[in-house]
Amino acid sequence: MSENGHTTNGAVKLTRKDFTSDQEVRWCPGCGDYSILAQVQRLMPELGIPKEKIVFISGIGCSSRFPYYMNTYGFHTIHGRAPAIASGVKIANPDLQVWVVTGDGDALSIGGNHFMHALRRNFDLKILLFNNRIYGLTKGQYSPTSEFGKINKSAPMGVIDQPINPLYLAFASRATFVARSIDIDPKHLSATLERAAAHKGSAFVEIYQNCNIFNDGAFKGFSEREVREDRVIQIEHGKPLIFGKDKNKGIRLNGLKPEVVTIGENGITESDLLMHDEYSTDPLLGFILGRMEFPEFPVPMGVFRSIERPSYENLLTEQVDRAVANKGAGDLEKLLHSGETWVIGDDGEQTNGHH
Amino acid sequence: MSDLELESPSTHLPPEEVETVTIRFAGDSGDGMQVTGSQFTATSAIIGNDISTLPDFPAEIRAPAGSLPGVSGYQLNFSSRDIRTPGDEPNVLVAMNPAALKTNIKDLEPGGILVVNTDEFVAGNLKKAGYATNPLEDGSLAGYRLFKVAITSNTLKALEGSGLPHKQVERCKNFYSLGLMYWLYDRPMEQTIKWIDEKFAVRSKEIAEANKVALKAGFNFADTTELFTSHYHVAKAKIKPGKYRNIMGNEATALGFIAASHVAGRPLFYGSYPITPASDILHELSKHKNFGVRTFQAEDEIAAVGAAIGASYAGQIGITGTSGPGVALKSEFINLAVMTELPLVIINVQRGGPSTGLPTKTEQADLLQCMYGRNGESPVAIVAPATPGDCFNMAIEAVRIATKYMVPTFFLSDGYLANGSEPWEIPAIADLPKISINFRTETEGFFPYSRDEETLSRPWAIPGTPGLEHRIGGIEKQHITGNVNYDPDNHDFMCRLRAEKVERIANDIPPLEVFGQATGKVLVLGWGGTHGAITTAVEQMQEQGHAVSSAHLRYLNPFPKNLGEVLKGFETVIIPELNLGQLSVMVRAKYLVDAVSFTQVKGKPFKVSTLVNKIKEYL
Repeated sequence: MSENGHTTNGAVKLTRKDFTSDQEVRWCPGCGDYSILAQVQRLMPELGIPKEKIVFISGIGCSSRFPYYMNTYGFHTIHGRAPAIASGVKIANPDLQVWVVTGDGDALSIGGNHFMHALRRNFDLKILLFNNRIYGLTKGQYSPTSEFGKINKSAPMGVIDQPINPLYLAFASRATFVARSIDIDPKHLSATLERAAAHKGSAFVEIYQNCNIFNDGAFKGFSEREVREDRVIQIEHGKPLIFGKDKNKGIRLNGLKPEVVTIGENGITESDLLMHDEYSTDPLLGFILGRMEFPEFPVPMGVFRSIERPSYENLLTEQVDRAVANKGAGDLEKLLHSGETWVIGDDGEQTNGHH
Repeated sequence: MSDLELESPSTHLPPEEVETVTIRFAGDSGDGMQVTGSQFTATSAIIGNDISTLPDFPAEIRAPAGSLPGVSGYQLNFSSRDIRTPGDEPNVLVAMNPAALKTNIKDLEPGGILVVNTDEFVAGNLKKAGYATNPLEDGSLAGYRLFKVAITSNTLKALEGSGLPHKQVERCKNFYSLGLMYWLYDRPMEQTIKWIDEKFAVRSKEIAEANKVALKAGFNFADTTELFTSHYHVAKAKIKPGKYRNIMGNEATALGFIAASHVAGRPLFYGSYPITPASDILHELSKHKNFGVRTFQAEDEIAAVGAAIGASYAGQIGITGTSGPGVALKSEFINLAVMTELPLVIINVQRGGPSTGLPTKTEQADLLQCMYGRNGESPVAIVAPATPGDCFNMAIEAVRIATKYMVPTFFLSDGYLANGSEPWEIPAIADLPKISINFRTETEGFFPYSRDEETLSRPWAIPGTPGLEHRIGGIEKQHITGNVNYDPDNHDFMCRLRAEKVERIANDIPPLEVFGQATGKVLVLGWGGTHGAITTAVEQMQEQGHAVSSAHLRYLNPFPKNLGEVLKGFETVIIPELNLGQLSVMVRAKYLVDAVSFTQVKGKPFKVSTLVNKIKEYL
């Protein structure tokens, strides 16, 4: 071990405690954010990345207090704009591992534009969207993912906006990594975050997160332990879509429409079921899985897509390197003297120079 | 027109000597007037005249051909003496169609030279320009020296058999008119021929050839037909010894920031969203990636500044560039940089406002926006270049101040500076200001909001530095620790501290210089792109023996420390601005001086004569 706590091969022997800041966590007791924070802090030492090379960047909202609780570099920015800051950070220093922590209001309402563009550019960012379907910090107004008709503080007669499906937005933006997990399933959440951390490029993880003050039980219908197996489907690459306590239910495609079937009934076998393919670059599978919403369908959890594409910062760095290779490293003297120049001598006489 | 060989300037007539000439080229926005004007400028600069230019183009890329809104103009002033403005009234107007004549004739000096393209004075075009009768025939132009030239048909004739399509051939007429003007003002064609070769070499050899033929045809037509009764020579200007090039403001801005990055030893990051009249800075910087420049065309103005702050947080020189409407969008992020005390340069190339306003015209009406246009107590530094070439110097200053004081710094340019050009003495790199950037690396005693005793700036501790992990954000910071803090006394203290930090920049900038005597009857105080007009007006008054001086602010926040003293030396202080009195508000508030605000918001620079008349009222 060297002085700064690194082993000579660069690996870091750190613990969860090393990633815990000295600031008191101020979320409401019982908030789903605690579970996510715990999983992230547990995951950090496993990544083998020195903590000075990790940056947490957030916008505004309950979830955006996250960086204050991580003993890494952290930037609590302004509402919806964390991806913009993160883009600049990655361009300036591609070696940093940058996590963006955002919420449904932050990422999909005020920051919808930046969210979409960060994904399409494929900056190497880990974007964690805490989706609680409500505005918590401002005390209970509806969010862009609130259900149609929902009664709340700013819609006493019910929400008349259609909710956004964040997965659709991600696929429309050609995101290279798309996943979903939930606060109350730490094991699943931890595994999903680990996959996101390993992805090179924009890794988008939607995390269903319960706001026990303003939208308690938003995901209860399918997330509670007793019903989970029947109402959630774990999607895994190369495997058919099977769910249920008895592992006998599945998803079959009827044309382009998914439908729930029972294996063994009407001659249906596993081979009739939809096969999950994370590597598909075609967004169709993503849209099919994305439209599976409770209660009509079991809710898909896991990695929807994981494909490879060069990151923006690498492409830009490559252009800089290529410019240097083609034109030589910038020569300021030459640049200032470029174009048509002329010299006025001490005698006032002029001679014309060229490039 | 058989002889199209290049000849040396005419021997038919010896040219008359004149000191200063102002030409305006005007035509349809598709007629290539900007090219014609900039070529005349480049040649004039290279043969040793002093020059100053004013391009004037519509916001529409191609308004309907022949219409009044589609007229594009380029005015240049060239002289054998030191000049600082593009000239009040053109001595010569080249009008390529009736619409160009209609919109520009009122500016031509009485008795001025008027060259028109007669081919375009047909019924349809006359109607589009709102002429009931043909002005070339109804005697309405009797007060000018009118020269009627069939520019389009002469160009077509000269290019007969070129094999190019008719439309392409017709497009060469701007070079024909340039040729006419080269003869009239005794300019060599070599520079333009070389430029044509370089410009069109890749696209089409045939087009390059056609443009050269048109240029020479115009020149020879003027020479052989003795169209003009005389022609003129403008001798070389007496210019300070040195090496020069012609430079536009936006180009000087881009080069200045590259130079700043060079002297600071850190890469430049430029986040921007296309906007007139700032886009050329993005274009120029994007060409220089081999200097380590990273340009980022963001999804909007907000992301552009956000990414610049991100880059700055991670240790690069973070710059964002825009015009007033973009500054409005960026203001929340600028405040984040105020609160997190990160270096950031915001370029604002001002244009006519409010709202979309006059996108291609100049104005100085964003000073108070930059100074005060954010929520809370939000002190920032502001610098403003005085001339196109000065954009280079002030760009370096903006970076120096932003990085030394860890503060957002505005670089307040304007449309006139951005698109105007002048001969620029190329500085020696060794003479450039030094910018030393010291990232914090020492972990012992590190606090993110500890202070440098002299500058009050906080440490710049970039991600990747072991042992300095810390959190920053937009919530009020506790003094020293930087922790989130809502204590009333701490907030009061921090607001005052941020203000004091910006005030201390005054210890670190040059004193305001007075042009003329340090005391007298009238001081003309200006800032930004009005420098040329103010200085020329004041110089004229001084030559007439009046006790008039001027001073030009290149630092607007904080002001130079001696500004109060300078103001006290004069009976009257006149503050001319292209707004409704914004610097006046600031100067009156701070120094309690009863300054005279003299303003104009026409989208155009001041005329020297307008300023002279105003000054005379106070003598």
